[in-house]
Amino acid sequence: MSERRVELDVLRYNPETDRTPHFQRYSVTCREEWVVLDALNHVKETVDPTLAYRWSCHMAVCGSCGMMINGEPKLACKSFLRDYPGVIRVEPLAHFPVERDLVTVIDDFIAKLTRVKPYLIPKEAKPIEAGEYRQTPAQLKRYKQFTLCINCMLCYAACPEYGMIPKFMGPAAISLAHRWNQDSRDGGRAERQEEIAATEGVWECSFTGACSEVCPEHVDPAAALQRVKIKSTIDWYLAHTMPWLNK
Amino acid sequence: METITSDIAIIGAGGAGLRAAIAIAQADPGLRIALISKVYPMRSHTCAAEGGAAGVIKSDDSLEQHFNDTVGGGDWLCDQDAVDILVQEAPKELLQLEHWGCPWSRETDGSVAVRPFGGMKKQRTWFAADKTGFHILHTLFQTSLQFPSITRYDEFYATELLVDDGCCQGLTAIEMRSGQIRQFRARAVIVAGGGAGRMFPFTTNGAIKTGDGMALAYRAGVPLKDMEFVQYHPTGLPSTGTLLTEACRGEGGVLLNKQGRRFLQDYGMGPETPLGKPVLKTMELGPRDRLSQAFWHEQKKGNMVATEWGDAMLLDMRHLGEKKINERLPLVRDMSISYMGVDPVRDPVPVRPVVHYMMGGIHTDIRAATPLAGLYAAGECACVSINGANRLGSNSLTELLVFGRRAALSAMEYLASGSARGNAQAIDARAESARGQVRALFQRSGGGESIAGLRKAMMHTLEQHAGIYRSGEGLTEACATLATLRRRYANIELHDKTNVYNTDLLQALELGSMLDCAEAVAVSALERRESRGAHQRLDCPERDDARFLKHSLAHYQGEAAPRISYGEVVITKSQPGVRDYSGGHA
Repeated sequence: MSERRVELDVLRYNPETDRTPHFQRYSVTCREEWVVLDALNHVKETVDPTLAYRWSCHMAVCGSCGMMINGEPKLACKSFLRDYPGVIRVEPLAHFPVERDLVTVIDDFIAKLTRVKPYLIPKEAKPIEAGEYRQTPAQLKRYKQFTLCINCMLCYAACPEYGMIPKFMGPAAISLAHRWNQDSRDGGRAERQEEIAATEGVWECSFTGACSEVCPEHVDPAAALQRVKIKSTIDWYLAHTMPWLNK
Repeated sequence: METITSDIAIIGAGGAGLRAAIAIAQADPGLRIALISKVYPMRSHTCAAEGGAAGVIKSDDSLEQHFNDTVGGGDWLCDQDAVDILVQEAPKELLQLEHWGCPWSRETDGSVAVRPFGGMKKQRTWFAADKTGFHILHTLFQTSLQFPSITRYDEFYATELLVDDGCCQGLTAIEMRSGQIRQFRARAVIVAGGGAGRMFPFTTNGAIKTGDGMALAYRAGVPLKDMEFVQYHPTGLPSTGTLLTEACRGEGGVLLNKQGRRFLQDYGMGPETPLGKPVLKTMELGPRDRLSQAFWHEQKKGNMVATEWGDAMLLDMRHLGEKKINERLPLVRDMSISYMGVDPVRDPVPVRPVVHYMMGGIHTDIRAATPLAGLYAAGECACVSINGANRLGSNSLTELLVFGRRAALSAMEYLASGSARGNAQAIDARAESARGQVRALFQRSGGGESIAGLRKAMMHTLEQHAGIYRSGEGLTEACATLATLRRRYANIELHDKTNVYNTDLLQALELGSMLDCAEAVAVSALERRESRGAHQRLDCPERDDARFLKHSLAHYQGEAAPRISYGEVVITKSQPGVRDYSGGHA
């Protein structure tokens, strides 16, 4: 059972007591197979109970423990100590206001998610008694990938556009809008389009692809954004070249 | 103190809480709903459920068979009227989710697919790959965003139910962001706070599963029912306790000891079934309690594989092939590789039983009503009981939908009946006293007890004495230790005395919840001198229907240990019989 002394530089900030954020060095003995979250938990249990961060499932599905680890947005529960040989720098997710220590304020995302209407707007309403909407595996596959977003916010922390233009809808909200647009049961695309095809919607994306690189669930938000752009462009051309279709 | 007034307050925004909120919003958009949770809804532990949700949909199946599997699976401790409701309403609820866009896995013709699950005689488990709970949670959360009458209070930790004149009229909660206590006034309250698996050191449960909802109701005078029944899921990763879904076996995975023998055949679940052709309700598709108990015996015989995290059995899925594993069990493959360094496509995965689910919880009836007027409960924190002494896999997601909705409708009926009372002054005084409790915790110094230290001692005690097999002697010791730990809890001292997102305070309060629940588990287990389902006593190995075909009810007694009374089990059509998981069963 191999153990290792791990040094963590953790960004601390308590709005009540600190004027500015500062790094604090923790040195703890960890097991080789641990993830960064285990190391933080060990710090909290044995060294410093005041350290604040969010976590729950420890299996990369609840999306709570997103943080910057050596400058990259990561889930702490899926970042293995073995991949970080030196001092590990841990900071709150970039581009979000810091509430305290590693805890960020994500109100902005929640508001944006609400605005894209991330729910089924049925193409054809029918009562429950009429049974399920048929959806073939091929139809399911068209949107399934985009349902896998765990709202961990890593893509927002990686997105250079979101860093500069906070109004930008951002990768996760647009991917989720796209998820519903692609669902064979849904007929709500036009309603969502108002939000996502607006100036601060999809057009702010400069397609660096950083969102897809950091996504722990392989949702590939960049692909969703590009498809939304293409579809919105088609909409624009149809509206301007064949205006009668708008009737 | 800031007071937030609504018609119905819901504590917990996981599957049950969200389902309840949507049901109210749909039925009466005029009712103001306060949805209060210590985490954002999508962080709730419903997201970790993997395998699926049971509901009769295929033509070869029947409600009666789902009923029989559930009641037998629960070793006849289920209330049969409640199980009737569960199986009847299950298909409708699962279809409702389909109509809300849940990405259920499909057959080639586009109909909803089902998969086999442990203890179920027919294939009736609806699934969305191996992330069913995640998809249910996100479908509910996103659906809930369209209802303006639902106001969410994310990251508010409920500290007390406000009760006056025999009825529940609200709660107090700490707003994590500011550290301030808020008073929530409501004419009815629904508790949907989840389970308490974190009382144990080795669990599939996320950090948030600390029994807060159970403790709130318990301290307000509502008994906790059947708390001694703690489910061990047979297949967790030994390193982290991470769950590998029962669907691994539903899809055809098998369990081996170190000799490579499918040892379940030696524990009444044989004869051995052909590899890759799982037979329902047999061998690896036996119920969770039996499988975990078989592991325990094999371990005693020295037949388990030694790993650096302790003894394990082997879950062999290699014969399923890469394509099927990727399609049906992608999360399982990912987690096995990440957390154990084993690729199930190439090698068997070491697994061992791990604490997974509380069958027991807040005493409710089939309307999801507690004995306290105005208070309702649903989901894992509640005990109706449809799970009896052992829950069948894939019944819990169904339960939180069916009873989440029922809690909502019952609370609305209660409001409509005009029986909700209100006494503003008395409630204000209670809220003030609740605030005083938290303040006292801040001001306490010199006690010297550490949160981490007490938590570790509690976990160790339960693991040692309230695990898969228990004894009177061990449980007596556990009760004594837990009583001491509760006394010592009065001397814990916070290191963090600031207001904003104070997780030291949060963990202190969560520990308080867990200690209360843990004592209810241990005392109920000590008093139940028989073996039934997940409660196995080495000193009382037989089921004793004459004395214990009854629900345990643990009543809170303040600093003293709980008082245990017993309630009748509702039996309508299935008389207690023999649980048969051998190949020859009918």
